[in-house]
Amino acid sequence: MLSRTADNLYWIARYMERAETLARLLEVGARMSLLPTAQGFRNEWESILNATGQTAAFQKKYDSFAQRNIESFLFFDRDNPSSIASSLTAARENGRIVRTALTGQVWDALNTTFQELRQIERTPRSQLELSRLTDWTTKQTAMLRGAIDATLLRNDGYDFLNLGFAIERADATARIIDVKYYVLLPRAGVIGAGAENDQWAMLLRALNLNRAFHWAYGGELTAHKIAHFLILNPACPRALMTCGQEIDTALKHLAQLYGRDTEAQHLAQGLLQGLSAATPEAIFEEGLHDFLTRVIRETAALAGAVHDSYLSGDM
Amino acid sequence: MTHFNEMFESDQVRSPYAGLQAWMNGMPAALRVQKQAEAEALFRRIGITFAVYGEGGDPDRLIPFDMFPRVFTHSEWGKLERGIKQRAKALNAFLTDVYGRGEIIRAGRIPANLVYQNEAYERAVAGFVPPKGVYSHIVGIDIVRTGPTDFFVLEDNCRTPSGVSYMLESREMMMRMFPDLFRENRIAPVDGYHEALRRTLMSVAPQKCQGDPTVVILTPGHFNSAYYEHSFLADLMGVELVEGADLFVDGEYVYMRTTEGPKRVDVIYRRIDDAFLDPLCFRPDSMLGVPGLMDVYRSGGVSICSAPGAGVADDKAVYTYVPEMIRFYLGEEPILQNVPTWKCAGTDDLKYVLENLPELVVKEVHGSGGYGMLVGPKSTKDEIETFRHKILKDPSNYIAQPTLSLSTTPTFVEEGVAPRHVDLRPYCLVGERIELVPGGLTRVALREGSLVVNSSQGGGVKDTWVLAE
Repeated sequence: MLSRTADNLYWIARYMERAETLARLLEVGARMSLLPTAQGFRNEWESILNATGQTAAFQKKYDSFAQRNIESFLFFDRDNPSSIASSLTAARENGRIVRTALTGQVWDALNTTFQELRQIERTPRSQLELSRLTDWTTKQTAMLRGAIDATLLRNDGYDFLNLGFAIERADATARIIDVKYYVLLPRAGVIGAGAENDQWAMLLRALNLNRAFHWAYGGELTAHKIAHFLILNPACPRALMTCGQEIDTALKHLAQLYGRDTEAQHLAQGLLQGLSAATPEAIFEEGLHDFLTRVIRETAALAGAVHDSYLSGDM
Repeated sequence: MTHFNEMFESDQVRSPYAGLQAWMNGMPAALRVQKQAEAEALFRRIGITFAVYGEGGDPDRLIPFDMFPRVFTHSEWGKLERGIKQRAKALNAFLTDVYGRGEIIRAGRIPANLVYQNEAYERAVAGFVPPKGVYSHIVGIDIVRTGPTDFFVLEDNCRTPSGVSYMLESREMMMRMFPDLFRENRIAPVDGYHEALRRTLMSVAPQKCQGDPTVVILTPGHFNSAYYEHSFLADLMGVELVEGADLFVDGEYVYMRTTEGPKRVDVIYRRIDDAFLDPLCFRPDSMLGVPGLMDVYRSGGVSICSAPGAGVADDKAVYTYVPEMIRFYLGEEPILQNVPTWKCAGTDDLKYVLENLPELVVKEVHGSGGYGMLVGPKSTKDEIETFRHKILKDPSNYIAQPTLSLSTTPTFVEEGVAPRHVDLRPYCLVGERIELVPGGLTRVALREGSLVVNSSQGGGVKDTWVLAE
């Protein structure tokens, strides 16, 4: 496979995953904004923005954290390279370049998304409920995933797509937890239990995992349980462990297919071993923020190695 | 001016269209509108679009698709096929000759300066004979019809004629929307095209190639207006679609960058112009090409289709000599006629052209895509005068032809069905063998009375049927 083709596939997945993450964050923001404001709580829209790592860029262009501004910036704004509109467009453009590596159905999913996006962009904002936008986005990304799973050859192209999904998701999960890491820090009942519970619930909701959590653990929410679920539990679809396993599987398959190991396989193994050896206790001992920072750095190094070993064509 | 209508002769339906009359009459307006919308949605979903250079606007513009097919009988096509193959053969013989000994020039049958002073003549490949002596592997020959048996060649395209994807997709669309038509009429299939194209490209593998040749399509990239076609063909043939940056030269060979490391490339079906192929040989500012490619080519390490320099045969001034080429190389009489052409480079011709501008079509010698031309009968006095000055400034840059009375075929328009002018571009493949699928691209001028069918000028496309015996 051409290195450029692999690169395009990888980025289709990253952009689509990015759009999905943003849609989920927007959904949470909308939900939070419907709850009565508790005393001393920060503006939730601001924390949503923090999770995307784009607060500075936002403030350059918009003067307040009003919902409409956030929606504009995170969904519609073409000046924001990570907005949902930008990501979906970039994914489709990458797809158009590698049409030959996609099945008709996969292309259809990407292209239909883009065509509908253009419709949405022409619709007056007053007719666009935020929930409609986020539902639509997650539906489109699900459709793409479905088309990939149902129709694509299980060859190297499939591995590069999966690498893109898993790397982007690992990064997103780590960042989302990191934004709220302080609410997970075990404290000896300093803050009222009610307030803390709300924050935890919101974190789970941000990852669309609140119900899954209760099925998996039951009982009271605790910081340890949540950290375990989001970081270490391979049953949780967004957990760092799950992402690490998916990355490792794709890379192992590539190594087998091409008959050679690269730095990427090496780093993926390292990431996975680190997660396997970790316990919630050890993580809190290291410091949740420090641990997440390390994971984010390791994921970035891994993405770099994937690029150098497969996508750049310089080897 | 009266025009030959391919379906109706006075009030009689001509035999090739007999199978379409009931279909046409039985289609209520509402169904037609619905089918047309369906076709458009399908085209857009598949992503068949055509960006027009320099027009800005919607980069995802669709080429209008007309559902009314254009039909040839088996015997009509037989004559066309023989004429097209003959022409493709002669054009390639001409190219081999002018990059070799130049016999046709020595024999005084074509002026030396027309060839050797030609911008499209590539000195860099003089003396080199490409595999199988083929320069132009895909020859697109534009043909117009003026009567029941009168066909004229309007121009030859020896470099990288585009549009074949529309031929294939139009058929696909028609079969999907009107399967009954295909059950009721015996229509020769065109879906062998990509197999024939791959066969052709593989048959011209370079000398140094061992084993099965690796074929790629070289595209300028996804911003190019024909990118859809490039990726469509790559997909059908199962070959890689590469950009210049995906290829590099190492030693005697060309390689592509893959996830498994460098992979050797044997045959490049390029969809970029000569000037951009190799910055070391042609335009040094080209970002689209591959540095060192021409050295590998000349030493037999890679084949380039069409061969660099093939453009000298499809120049509009050289065009006038194609009948002469057929006689000279093949010892045959041309089966398809040229349109009478005046070369403004000649004093007598120039005088005639300037005196008769309102009746003529004037074209730039190197122009293409319907740009920079004058259609006399459709132009205002001012436009004609402006063009007169352009011709006088550089007469040798222009040729003129009579305004042909292009045939019409029924076409769906706002008010129902009406005749519109059409042309035809078949795609002849030249490798070890010469092959032609029964069909081509029919372009239709959708505006009433318009004779310009180019898609860049708002023309549309139709499915083209050749009826089986």
